[in-house]
Amino acid sequence: MTKTDTGSPENGLPTPSHTVGPFYGYALPFRGGEDIAPLGHPDTVTVHGYVLDGEGRPLPDALVELWGPRPDGTVPQVDGSLRRDPATGGYLGRNGVEFTGWGRIQTDADGHWYARTLRPGARGDSAPYLSVCVFARGLLVHLFTRIYLPGDEAALAADPLLARVGDRRDTLIAGAEGDGTYRFDIRLQGEGETVFLEFR
Amino acid sequence: MTLTQQDIDQEIAAEHAAYEKRVADGAPVEHHPRRDYAPYRSSVLRHPRQPLVAIDTAQDPELVELRSPAFGERDITGIDNDLTRHHRGEPVGERITVSGRLLDRSGRPVRGQLVEIWQANSAGRYAHQREQHDAPLDPNFTGFGRTLTDAEGRYHFTTIQPGPYPWRNHVNAWRPAHIHFSVFGAAFTQRLVTQMYFPSDPLFPYDPILQSVTDDAARQRLVATYDHGLSVPEFSLGYHWDIVLDGPAATWIEEGR
Repeated sequence: MTKTDTGSPENGLPTPSHTVGPFYGYALPFRGGEDIAPLGHPDTVTVHGYVLDGEGRPLPDALVELWGPRPDGTVPQVDGSLRRDPATGGYLGRNGVEFTGWGRIQTDADGHWYARTLRPGARGDSAPYLSVCVFARGLLVHLFTRIYLPGDEAALAADPLLARVGDRRDTLIAGAEGDGTYRFDIRLQGEGETVFLEFR
Repeated sequence: MTLTQQDIDQEIAAEHAAYEKRVADGAPVEHHPRRDYAPYRSSVLRHPRQPLVAIDTAQDPELVELRSPAFGERDITGIDNDLTRHHRGEPVGERITVSGRLLDRSGRPVRGQLVEIWQANSAGRYAHQREQHDAPLDPNFTGFGRTLTDAEGRYHFTTIQPGPYPWRNHVNAWRPAHIHFSVFGAAFTQRLVTQMYFPSDPLFPYDPILQSVTDDAARQRLVATYDHGLSVPEFSLGYHWDIVLDGPAATWIEEGR
């Protein structure tokens, strides 16, 4: 850092969060937001599910962001998730070759979302997982959770977070549906409420 | 039962008093809303009842949440940050310039990161199919923009002053004029979606979304400042709004701090 920052706010206190509201749908979602994996990549997995409220009703206006490492555990620092077309101002979509690791999906009218991404590799002390950030009308501060993929029981048993959440761990582990497809519902409230995280 | 503004006002006052009492009794200042803020009715079934599980990021610097997705020049076009130029004609309304810096809690600029905004048009109408407010759409205004912060963490938008609009939280509910912001930090933990308001809006006390930030000083940080230096002669009025991101990042480790 070569520059002294003289223009910063004197207090350094954080800007409060607010809900994403109901009307982000023409602004935040983008073409190819859910197709994070490069085309035809052999390590592609499909994750999908519903976002549900405290009465078990799916949310037709939730926004899910996924962020995860490559299969070898390295973190992509690659732009191009939402490539624009300078001629039309529209979206080109991803280039089908590079992996940015990040995607954004709006739930459909049934409250369902899906994404195709690369199977995450392990990092640090953790079992492999995808980081998830959930936004919705009615949700004043977004929620973080994680999608762990089933299969490597030893790695899951050694994961520091899963070890701490007792019988709620199942809310963090996706269900295998075969052919590299995994089901992960996000329950915002009530029975089977998903474990949500706070980073300190 | 019809829910009136008076009912909501009483709930807002009760939440505010409860917060003041908590702080007076030694509880920490709350910079963010509580997710279970009932005056905003949509929150009632959409917040977790279980406490969040804390992750001490200092224990594991390899967490992917301590890194952030990257964005670059491919992800924006040259006029993405000028919302008045996205159509053939000029939008209706007061042109404004909104600029500020994206900083972390140490005051360090967040460089080259994505800032997205969306908003209603000058009549208070969103370009969204489910929007039911009977105000005119503007064929020359969509109300969505994005930009990357510069080397000093600065962002810059040209847009139209959004109008206030009614919503259905209760009878005669009106949102103060605002611009939605979505920003990324140096770590995914710093992700922020929020709303920027305009100075001295008479609707502030009536709005359960703004009032969900029960701390008076924190709420004030959502209000931009009129900045004559940002006003462009013969063109637009200027507003300054800095964004300070919460949440830990890994950069201090990389920088050896």
